[in-house]
Amino acid sequence: MTTTIASAGRGTTAPPRHPTPPPLPEPVAPLFERVRAGREFGPNVRSTVDVLWVLYDRILRITPETADDPERDRFLLSKGHAVAGYYAVLAAKGFVPADWLDDQGGPASRLGDHPDRLLVPGVEIGSGSLGHGLGLGVGTVLGLRAQGLLTPRVYVLLGDAELDEGANHEAIAYAGATGLGNLTAVVVDNGSATHGWPGGPAARFTVNGWTAATVDGRDHDALHTALTAQDNHRPHVVVAIVDQGE
Amino acid sequence: MRERFIDTTTRLLAEDPRTALVLADISAAAFAPAAVRHPDRVLNVGIREQLLVGVAGGLALTGLRPIVHSYAPFLIERAYEQLKIDLDHQGVGAVLVSVGASYDRAASGRTHLSPADVSLVDALHGWTVHVPGHPDEVPALLRDAVAGEGSAYLRLSTLHNDRPRGGDGALRLVRDAGPGAPLLVAVGPVLDAALAAVADLGVTVAYTHRPRPFDTAGLRALAGTDVILVEPYLAGTSSRVVSAALADRPHRLLALGVGRKDLRRYGSADDHTRWHGLDAAGLRRSVGAFLSPAPAPVG
Repeated sequence: MTTTIASAGRGTTAPPRHPTPPPLPEPVAPLFERVRAGREFGPNVRSTVDVLWVLYDRILRITPETADDPERDRFLLSKGHAVAGYYAVLAAKGFVPADWLDDQGGPASRLGDHPDRLLVPGVEIGSGSLGHGLGLGVGTVLGLRAQGLLTPRVYVLLGDAELDEGANHEAIAYAGATGLGNLTAVVVDNGSATHGWPGGPAARFTVNGWTAATVDGRDHDALHTALTAQDNHRPHVVVAIVDQGE
Repeated sequence: MRERFIDTTTRLLAEDPRTALVLADISAAAFAPAAVRHPDRVLNVGIREQLLVGVAGGLALTGLRPIVHSYAPFLIERAYEQLKIDLDHQGVGAVLVSVGASYDRAASGRTHLSPADVSLVDALHGWTVHVPGHPDEVPALLRDAVAGEGSAYLRLSTLHNDRPRGGDGALRLVRDAGPGAPLLVAVGPVLDAALAAVADLGVTVAYTHRPRPFDTAGLRALAGTDVILVEPYLAGTSSRVVSAALADRPHRLLALGVGRKDLRRYGSADDHTRWHGLDAAGLRRSVGAFLSPAPAPVG
């Protein structure tokens, strides 16, 4: 792995510092700006775009044509407020028309401030209330396995502050204990958990039997390496560290 | 009822590969044989009720039909947001089956009592609720619910009537006091006590095991001016449905059921039935006061 940081993560390893945010992935940037429409977004909205792009561009086996294929990979956005980058990436990959991005959140828009799976093609779960995606992801892995669908992988994206929600820890413990090898959690760590995660978020997973990689959340090659590092016998977590407050 | 649920679910798991069962330790030993036969579809997540419902939502997203089971307070109250988000908001359904209705586990105290469960499910949209009044009613209700598409809640109790009354959930006439007589609607296991309570009164009695969707057409066909609801969960749970169904008619409604107060008393389920006024004598007092002066005795 090119830039994999020791899994101890924050506390022993300084988070990356990007004095000026690097540019957005080229195909996403104009679409992101179209969603933004001049509004000021918190830096946390920006911090998820890189990992979303790496997932949709290089990892996930899903296209607009296979969005309903039982054999597709599943991507579940649990931290549903990271939505501007999500919509921009979905538009860049052709899941939604670019003109849907205009008037996002408006009365006639299908694109809310949190995504709704019944309104947006390619969106696997409706989210917004934190702590629901990982449990749904565990159930999705189990449902696929029960139907003999062993190829699809299920990715769930969370935030480090979202890990405060106890429901995550129910899912982390169970997925580890039962060896759900088709599950990958991605934790975007911008150091926003009010009481922190001493030793890093990855430790919460590894103690339950997950494999883990902690990487610079802006480094696309490092993200790709980490996102393909699962051993298929245990669930895998990728902690993507971005600058504090992002 | 619990035994009939376990037997029927075990059969459904064998008959239909689309069926899955999700447990949070409760009843896990009873389902051990099914778990051996269907290890991928009998899933015990441990004492984790948020995950219990979250897993059900995920299973349903892949096309399976999950049956989800625990004690009523843990299944409905502890994981309530999961019902709203992981099932309803995702546009998927599950069949929830609880034991420990209202005060079945009276000696366990408040933590194990959940008289508000039907009211909470009723605050969601589009759920079917079954409250069987006899163990023999359970298999058909469970099979129908699993064969359906939406979400359903089966509320199983240790309390029951002397004999089963089947049917599709439409109000079933048990005792006919003639046109215009007061109508008493009993839901599930309170029927026998209600029948005993009004035995010498000119009151029509109808039964249902399906409070949601409530049979409003049947209600309108049977109701005169006076309507009495007797429900084995929070008093007044179905008042809004009855009031809406009869909104165009002058009517009076008496809604009886379990009180909201934590009594901080143990004892047996029969003790609590009496304390909440749901035994025959208590119901008789309430109905008598409501209808006072009492209608002429029958016959």
